[in-house]
Amino acid sequence: MTQVLVFFEELGAELSISQQELLTLAGQLGEISVVTTSAEPSPALAVQGIGSVYAPQADVPPGDPALADLLAEAAAQAAPDLVLGADTADATDALARLAVRLEAGLITSAESIEGTTVTKSVLAGAYTTSAQPVGGPLIATLRPNSVPAAVQPGSLPQITTLPVSPSGAVELLEETELPSTGRPALSEARVVVAGGRGVEGDFSLVEQLADELGGAVGASRAATDAGWIDHSAQVGQTGVIVSPQLYISVGISGAVQQKAGMQTSGTIVAINKDEDAPVFEIADFGIVGDLTEVIPQAIEELRARRQS
Amino acid sequence: MPALHIITLVKWVPDAQLERGFTAQRRIDRTEGILGELDEHPLEAALQISESLSDRQVRVSALTIGPAGASAALKKALQIGADDGYHLTDDALAGADVSATSAAAAAAIQHVRSLAGLDAEYLVLTGMASEDGETGAVPAQLAQRLGVPALTQATALGIDGARLSVTRTAGTRQQKLACALPAVVSVTDQANEPRYPNFRAIMKARKKPVTTFSLAETGLDAAAVQPKVQLLSAAPRPAREPGEIIHDDGTAGRQLVDFLQKERLL
Ligand SMILES: Cc1cc2nc3c(=O)[nH]c(=O)nc-3n(C[C@H](O)[C@H](O)[C@H](O)COP(=O)(O)OP(=O)(O)OC[C@H]3O[C@@H](n4cnc5c(N)ncnc54)[C@H](O)[C@@H]3O)c2cc1C
Ligand SMILES: Nc1ncnc2c1ncn2[C@@H]1O[C@H](COP(=O)(O)O)[C@@H](O)[C@H]1O
Repeated sequence: MTQVLVFFEELGAELSISQQELLTLAGQLGEISVVTTSAEPSPALAVQGIGSVYAPQADVPPGDPALADLLAEAAAQAAPDLVLGADTADATDALARLAVRLEAGLITSAESIEGTTVTKSVLAGAYTTSAQPVGGPLIATLRPNSVPAAVQPGSLPQITTLPVSPSGAVELLEETELPSTGRPALSEARVVVAGGRGVEGDFSLVEQLADELGGAVGASRAATDAGWIDHSAQVGQTGVIVSPQLYISVGISGAVQQKAGMQTSGTIVAINKDEDAPVFEIADFGIVGDLTEVIPQAIEELRARRQS
Repeated sequence: MPALHIITLVKWVPDAQLERGFTAQRRIDRTEGILGELDEHPLEAALQISESLSDRQVRVSALTIGPAGASAALKKALQIGADDGYHLTDDALAGADVSATSAAAAAAIQHVRSLAGLDAEYLVLTGMASEDGETGAVPAQLAQRLGVPALTQATALGIDGARLSVTRTAGTRQQKLACALPAVVSVTDQANEPRYPNFRAIMKARKKPVTTFSLAETGLDAAAVQPKVQLLSAAPRPAREPGEIIHDDGTAGRQLVDFLQKERLL
């Protein structure tokens, strides 16, 4: 039976959707064990299918070389054919260290994994590649929204504390939660409404449309650079990569770096007053028009249909 | 305080504004390229640190690993403000994956440090991701090979005495981390606005030294840079089916809702 070791760089009160996706994929591929950086894994791990959980003696901070020890110790116990983590900086860093330690192949941002063959997008989404490790276990990070999450609650698995402690080399001086928007997490949302320079500083229409559709709010780099909205909302190559069922692009021209973050969305709607905007090349439904006229009408219509 | 040697990793990448693709050997086509725009941010960060430490000797070196053409990336780095350039080029590195790149980079950094002959602490700065590899994994692998911390995705960084501090965002949390040198830090495009070389800087760059070396000179052989990942196929993403484009005649908002309803997206 294939052994899959799943790495969680953080563990809140509940598993995030990406963490549930990781466990779902791991369960499809084989038997699951989990390794986490927190010394006291939360009850969120009470999920069917997790055989064992490995934890350090004390929380290991990001960047600490001890991450390699933690993952290598867990790998020595679980003897994985596959080590999986989320497509986040912290998971990438820890798995990257493990790959060096195990002299194994690392593939980031996987979109699908079958056996040890990984498919992913490269060159800002222009190409799809498939690749395999050359011997050794496959170590991979998985892009969100690559597998439908399906985990069942279960009993809390047995927790094994490994003889690993933080090295002391890295100190976590401060940690603060970013202010919550009260909306779904951008990378996991089923609907994303994103605004660009065309909103001219006012995100309220984009936010209202997102709320009407139960979606997250995204933005182009032009909008985040201008300070109209927090950087965490940026979609694209240097922001969040999203793949929702529905992406509504509002006042965004559709530069290659923006497309890199959204072109695998299920359905793309674009609203832009310039009919030559490149975003229309990838839109399933494009509206050449002024967002300040189109969006209020759409919101009104959505509300009217809801009432009838 | 001892001198500080900041080594910035800069990669020569195909220009994202142009058509990019693969060769028949399933390698990224590197006939043309530029200094990756994301690798201007670690350079700018290095220059700002250097300027902030007026009482300390600071050397900013730019290091690139790539074919002959990659010297263009170094030239640009010197124009932006690096003091000297180092170019590791070797046929054994064609088709390098993260593992091969980080192994070569670790050996190259030690080589650069010994060539520089400074009695200095060192700091390695990288971009947040290369614009072709896009793994963002080279910094952590490099740090692992050097046995040092990797503080990645920095949105701000600074050196205060013997300590380096980095601000970053991890998921929904903002963090401030600190460590002693040496360390590897990857710098995001949020960290700064890279300077634009003026005429004087361009002229000055012509006199700056560039050292080119091979893998053997770093003490590595070809076996140490064998890729650990094998590319099986690379195919252009099929273009999305052209959709319906309408011009707003005063009913586009309603038509949008009709479309969403038809597609069962409500
Ligand atoms: C290394 C690198 C990384 C990058 N990473 C990212 C990234 O992650 N994400 C990202 O988005 N960009 C990224 N960029 C920037 C990218 O190249 C573009 O500059 C950016 O996406 C442009 O944002 P925009 O479309 O909002 O602005 P613009 O290109 O200025 O487009 C604004 C659009 O709004 C339309 N408009 C104006 N008014 C209205 C109106 N009233 N109604 C309807 N439409 C209107 C205009 O017709 C225009 O098409 C990156 C660039 C580089 C070099
Ligand atoms: N061949 C290379 N030469 C120099 N620097 C590199 C090279 N490959 C990667 N890097 C550095 O590592 C960072 C992350 O690259 P990557 O992991 O490929 O996304 C880049 O921004 C560069 O600073």
